[in-house]
Amino acid sequence: MQSAYQMVVIGAGPAGMAAAQTAARQGVEVAVIDEQPHPGGQIYRNVNASPLADIDLLGKDYVFGRQLVQGFEYAHLDYFANSGVWFLDRAGELGIVQDGVHRRVSAQRIVIACGAQERAMPFPGWDKAGVMTAGAAQILMKSAAMVPSEAPVLAGNGPLLLLLAWQYLRAGVRLRAIVDTAQSANRWPALRYFPQAIAASDYLFKGLKLVSAIRRARVPWFREASDLRALGEERLSALHFTCRGKPQHIDTTLLLLHQGVIPALQIAAAAGCETRWNSLQQCWQPQVDDWGQSSVDSVFVAGDAAGIGGARAAWLGGQLAGLQLAHQLGLIDAVKRDKLAQPIRKARARHLAIRPFLDTWYRVAESSLVPGDETLACRCEEVSVGEIRTLAAMGCTGPNQAKAFTRCGMGPCQGRFCGSTVEQVFASETAASPQQIGRFNTRPPLKPVTLGQIAGIAHNEQR
Amino acid sequence: MFKILGDTGEHLVVELDGDEVTVPAGVSVAAALLYLDRIPTRHSVVNGLPRAPYCMMGVCFECLIEVDGVVDQRACQLQVRAGQRLRRQLATSKVESA
Ligand code: FES
Repeated sequence: MQSAYQMVVIGAGPAGMAAAQTAARQGVEVAVIDEQPHPGGQIYRNVNASPLADIDLLGKDYVFGRQLVQGFEYAHLDYFANSGVWFLDRAGELGIVQDGVHRRVSAQRIVIACGAQERAMPFPGWDKAGVMTAGAAQILMKSAAMVPSEAPVLAGNGPLLLLLAWQYLRAGVRLRAIVDTAQSANRWPALRYFPQAIAASDYLFKGLKLVSAIRRARVPWFREASDLRALGEERLSALHFTCRGKPQHIDTTLLLLHQGVIPALQIAAAAGCETRWNSLQQCWQPQVDDWGQSSVDSVFVAGDAAGIGGARAAWLGGQLAGLQLAHQLGLIDAVKRDKLAQPIRKARARHLAIRPFLDTWYRVAESSLVPGDETLACRCEEVSVGEIRTLAAMGCTGPNQAKAFTRCGMGPCQGRFCGSTVEQVFASETAASPQQIGRFNTRPPLKPVTLGQIAGIAHNEQR
Repeated sequence: MFKILGDTGEHLVVELDGDEVTVPAGVSVAAALLYLDRIPTRHSVVNGLPRAPYCMMGVCFECLIEVDGVVDQRACQLQVRAGQRLRRQLATSKVESA
């Protein structure tokens, strides 16, 4: 690893790979830093190094990632796998831990392309051993060819839950039930966005294909489910819920949850990028212009890290960032940049056309975002929703003060999973919007790093 | 609780809580623990609640485990290696070592 690059990209998912390749093609000196052993991000994880005998099992959209990863592997750039960023600043200094060794790198420009994370789905018992995210289940399939050995329950709301069900059925996994928390009341408001969604009708057809395959397999499908509660002592034993007014009980040792994804904001927030609340997508996102440049001039945010748009839009968004960076670094003029960008913008707009429809159709119910008092908001420090609610009622000024009072958000995950719940509880208690409430401050270290690793910097720099 | 599809791949031997166990090669430590059905993988420090891997992508820190004598490593972000010494951070094992 050199000690300085023109451009450092954080994340080797579709947006990061695209930004890096596009800029490198124009002659920019690029390094890509990624936490995984192989490029592709979570969406295309292991696509070119799959342990599966047949990757078609996961569907066409996954297989599509092959060509993207191949192009990336041939690009003229430095790629660092198994590497995490634990520190960065506006001046372009980055602290990186690769395989336990700390290094410092400086960059004229940084592209943050660290994708999305699962939105928390808090309810009583969501912290039990045996409750996992749908994304985790997909990672096990992609990276280890692992599927449940006993029929799991899938619960929540959103396209990924249906995709997982479809993939499991193709892999011969039986499903115990789908406990669907989607609200039929969202359908009318969603129809308003239907005409524009037709431009991306391939997404609609795909959705219909998934639903009909699940129906054909006769998976018990509980709609409009609410009041979920996971039971069990040392590990999960059952799920309780209400469906159309009737209490239901299903014995299971594996419960897979999903209620949408949100931008992984940690690194952008630590870099000082301005963020805003997106009320349609019910999450925070960094403020970026239509090239992905953030409020900090030297920092770009691309792909789902800048707002949820899906893998294909992320790939195209990454290309736009790469072009603008090549321009700002003096390698292409504005005319060439705009000429290259025009078809990319057009294609990206088509992929994004489906989002308002999906975001509204799968809008998460208030009761799922602001659960009852006994639910754990912060799993790390074991702070309940009730404690946060009491603080809000007592006039606590917001998430950062709540942190000082309860240690909520101060555990090892640094608020990545409790942040949204804490904000939502404050917002509902004080009848304010999350934008007014604000979010947890983010400070380095962004990843665990030992003093020994930091002390080793000078040593590594001499080598 | 998880199995490998068409399991014909390589395996290797690691030490888990003092016993030798066979796990698939090329997977994360967290995946290996799920394959062995050894959950919970830890008890929480605050109230001793049983926990296990949750996100598998390095975000939640639920999968913390002791690896080769170093505690609080994210099992989902580490690959299994032959001879690795893994120890679940369970309340009972804490009592034993005290
Ligand atoms: S399972 Fe979430 S960090 Fe490892």
